[in-house]
Amino acid sequence: MKSDIIFGQYVEGDSLIHRLDPRIKIVAAFLYIVVIFLAKSATAFLLLTLSAVFFVLLTRIPPRMILRAMKPLVFIIVFTAVINLFFMTGEHLLFQFGFVKIYREGIVNAFLIVLRILLLIVATSVFLTYTTTPIALTDALEQLLSPLKRLHVPVHEFSMMMTIALRFIPTLIDETQKIINAQTARGADFTSGGLIRRGKALIPILIPLFISAFRRADELATAMECRCYTGGEGRTRMNTLKSEPEDWAFLCSIVVLGAAVVLLNRLFPLVTITM
Amino acid sequence: MSAEYAIELRNVIFTYNKSLPSATRALDDVSLTVKSGGITGLIGHTGSGKSTLVQLLNGLLKPDSGTVLLDGIDIWAEPKKIREVRFKAGLVMQYPEYQLFAETVTEDIAFGPKNMGLSGEELEKRVREAASFSGLGEDLLEKSPFDLSGGQKRRVALAGVIAMNPKILILDEPAAGLDPAGRRDILGGIKRFSRESGTTVLIVSHSMEDMAMYCDDVIVMAHAKILMHRPTAEVFSRADELSAVGLDVPLITRVAAALQRNGVDIGLDVYTVDYAVGKLKERLAEKP
Repeated sequence: MKSDIIFGQYVEGDSLIHRLDPRIKIVAAFLYIVVIFLAKSATAFLLLTLSAVFFVLLTRIPPRMILRAMKPLVFIIVFTAVINLFFMTGEHLLFQFGFVKIYREGIVNAFLIVLRILLLIVATSVFLTYTTTPIALTDALEQLLSPLKRLHVPVHEFSMMMTIALRFIPTLIDETQKIINAQTARGADFTSGGLIRRGKALIPILIPLFISAFRRADELATAMECRCYTGGEGRTRMNTLKSEPEDWAFLCSIVVLGAAVVLLNRLFPLVTITM
Repeated sequence: MSAEYAIELRNVIFTYNKSLPSATRALDDVSLTVKSGGITGLIGHTGSGKSTLVQLLNGLLKPDSGTVLLDGIDIWAEPKKIREVRFKAGLVMQYPEYQLFAETVTEDIAFGPKNMGLSGEELEKRVREAASFSGLGEDLLEKSPFDLSGGQKRRVALAGVIAMNPKILILDEPAAGLDPAGRRDILGGIKRFSRESGTTVLIVSHSMEDMAMYCDDVIVMAHAKILMHRPTAEVFSRADELSAVGLDVPLITRVAAALQRNGVDIGLDVYTVDYAVGKLKERLAEKP
């Protein structure tokens, strides 16, 4: 289960996107999200979809892998689509069964909103989680937020906490699986009985899991202290982040994409989303 | 019902991450029989498939193909009854002390038997017996398991499985990380339990010394297959084959090999110090 691709996991690679400065990637992802929300017309969405496909191809991650990672979000996507389909009102009534009225606007909206959600997922995962290691991501975030230090916000501490939290997710997943196996071997039953019984059945898993998490935290704290960690003050880095011209070029391409989206909205507003 | 073999595997294949590019075959067409009673050791370097094998035995994992039989019964014949298989083949996982959770040692040991539906006197009796086999004193029974030492916790976990009265007891590295006295206590307790209750025991270990001391038979695994399955003495006399797959023989066997090279032949089937001492005394007696 360890190497199952879950939504939000780093996939090793050496593509153009993998090599970009993580700070630029964070800013680019943010801009791209803004651009996605700027898109109103179908033509703009078409352009964005093409660009998303292009970015996915650039990462050289098999598209099948990215599609599989979306599986857990299917429910949210379907739910949003259904809500839009049934509750959107407009001028062009297509058909009606009893109190259910389906308008053309509803269909268009449902389609475009689903597209928007998919684009958001693809954008954030392709720019950030799939192609950037969690460590690089938190490092970049720390540097992007470093101006806040002037306001006495403990930026370094927050990013260190995030790094550690991310680092321990796979460890804890592993640990949980081991404990589940151990208790299953002792005949624990997690799948039958009512809500209360099932809740109670979790106790033999949660208690050892918490204890081991605390134990690990303790050990990690000792190990950090042994290496004289005292916080961010005066700490230097092993890998300093550098932005190359191609990083800025990449950022510019997103800005250009945004401009194109706005233009398409104006010039070819074939069908538009109303939200 | 008693069958000829306590454990039988027929052409078992198991693959991790089957649908992914990272698919790895952990067991490749493994067939195996273990007779009832006695202690069998399972050795192999890291990643040779030992842990996968033990998890297949009690139904934590399901083979891709092939059958796993306990006492001649296919454990997956009725998937709904897999829990009963888990009571029959008690598994003590690696570092089992991290699975303790109850308020007192007694309650923790009772978790398994309670899941089997036992209660009252029978339950109490099981808990007391299991605690005694694992070498837990009466004074520890009402303590919190989290106040115990590492070795004591390990014994509580062992008792928790023994209390289910399994017909087959499987232990994954039961002595890992313990000091020599702790190893002796825990493995000695397992041996005593096996002899007194007639339980078939399967021990996974890295320690050749422990294997030599406690096991009747040894199974050697390498590269997802079974390399050999022979009585302990015979296995360790094949030192070359063992070292070819990254395993060692007990120190005393290597001493015997060195003696043989230097003209003092006491045989290569030497794997305990006592046996070697006896053999050497015999030789000394021969030459006045």
